[in-house]
This record gives sequence, C-alpha cells and structure tokens, in this order.
Amino acid sequence: MIPDLGKYAGTVLGAYGITLVLLAAIIAASWRRSARARRDLKRLEASRRQPNA
Amino acid sequence: MSLWRYANPAEFMRISGPVLPALWAAAALCLVTGLGWGLLFTPDDYQQGSTVKILFIHVPAALMAINAWLMMLAASLIWFVRRHHVSALAARAAAPVGATMTLIALATGAIWGEPMWGTWWAWDPRLTSFFILFLFYVGYIGLWSAVDEPDTAADLTAVLCLVGSVFALLSRYAVLFWSQGLHQGASLSLDRASHVDTVFYRPLLLSIAGFFLLFLALVLTRTRTEIRLRRIRALQTIEARP
Repeated sequence: MIPDLGKYAGTVLGAYGITLVLLAAIIAASWRRSARARRDLKRLEASRRQPNA
Repeated sequence: MSLWRYANPAEFMRISGPVLPALWAAAALCLVTGLGWGLLFTPDDYQQGSTVKILFIHVPAALMAINAWLMMLAASLIWFVRRHHVSALAARAAAPVGATMTLIALATGAIWGEPMWGTWWAWDPRLTSFFILFLFYVGYIGLWSAVDEPDTAADLTAVLCLVGSVFALLSRYAVLFWSQGLHQGASLSLDRASHVDTVFYRPLLLSIAGFFLLFLALVLTRTRTEIRLRRIRALQTIEARP
C-alpha cells in the first residue's frame, strides 16, 4: 500500500508522521480536557441539587 | 433571527452539541481521503520527486495557522466591542489549535526544505514571519494562563492578538512584499494558470477542507470546554461565599 517514494521516502514519511503525531496530540488533549470539565461540572451541579447528600 | 443569540453560552452549548459528531466525522473523512489520495495516488513531481507529497500537509497547515489567528482577531474584536464571553473563550480555545498548525507548517517546511533548498532553515521573510507568528501563539497562550481575572485576561490577550495580526498577515503576504527569499509563491490562486497542477489540486483542496473541518471541530469542542470551566469557577465562587 505504501507507494515507492524513492530516495525521499524518509523525508515524506517523516513529515506525515510528525503531522499525525501533532494532530493526534491536540485532539487527545482537547478530548481529555473536555471529558474532565464535563465530569467536574456534572458532579458540582449534582452536589448543589442535593446539598445534604 | 440575530446572530448574536449564539453568543449566549447556553444557546451556544445547545446548538453546537448536536453539530459536533457530524463535524468530527466530516473532518476525518476529508482528511483520510485527501491525505490518502495525495500520498498514495499522485505522481512524483519532475523536479521535487516524491517530496511534492508534503504539499498536502504543509499547505493546509500553513493556511490554518494564519486563518486561526485571523479567527482569533475577529473574536477578540467582538469581545472588545460587544463584551460577549463566548467570543473571548473561542479565541482562547483556538490558540493551541493554531499553534499546532503553525508547528506542523514549520516542521514540514523544514523537512521539505532540507532536500530541496539544502537547508532546514533560512531567515527568509515568510519563514521568519511564520516563526514569529508561532512565538505570538505561545505568548498568547501563556498570557491567558498568567492572568487570574478572566475579563482582564481577555482584554490583554485581545490586545496581543491585534498586534500579532501584523505577523499573521505578513506570513501570508511576505513573498509579495519582499521578492528575495527561498520560499516560492502561493500554491493556490484564483488564477488557474498560477496554481499547482490539476493532478495535485483536487487532493490538496480535499486536504484543506479536512484541516479546516478539523480546526472547526477542535475549536467548538474546546470552546464548550472553556464555557464549562467558566461555569465551574462561577459555582465554586458561589459556594465559597460565607
């Protein structure tokens, strides 16, 4: 499936690799932060609805 | 119906929530198709060989690096004029995404430059203005974190965004202002004769669409997170009152 990139194979695949790693990092960080904020807000709002719980 | 109703945090959350899954799916589809087409099914360039395939990541990332800052500029101006918190939070949410795009453009440009120019880096007008834009992104993110009071942070970062816009525009038009430098002109143009060959053009457009949709999905997700964090701070402040 990988095309014949000739003598520049390392260059091209390196560029794609770095791009995918950086995109995966920002996506993972965004999703993780989003999940944590959603969980914390839900917990806080639940505790306000049940002050004696 | 006014556009400003989306500036209401509750309304923004209500509208953006259902849109997000489709946006993520469209971004993934365009990225996989565009990058797969570009990497696997386009020919080598007669001068650049297979390194031309870096075009499909370098150009979309560079475009989004500049456009992300311009989006932050628009959001900052809305914050200045109308004091809508969602616009300030959207600008904050976009900064790490824009910084990532700038880093991708710089890294892939250096990797591409080494075999084509014989150097990883040159103090060329476009490269230099792009590097300064990256420093502005880092400074912008740092300033948001450094100031505790959210409205003051939004004011200060909006000013920084206005100043940094000079470099965002310079990054785009540097090759027109200064004729010297290693970096070539734009790969895309309204004038069909001056942009890349058709065989590269279509997968490039698809990759650009993928990067744009990914940017939108990330900014919406991160803006929703910022709105939730703001709500958490407000609730904690209320609970802390005697």
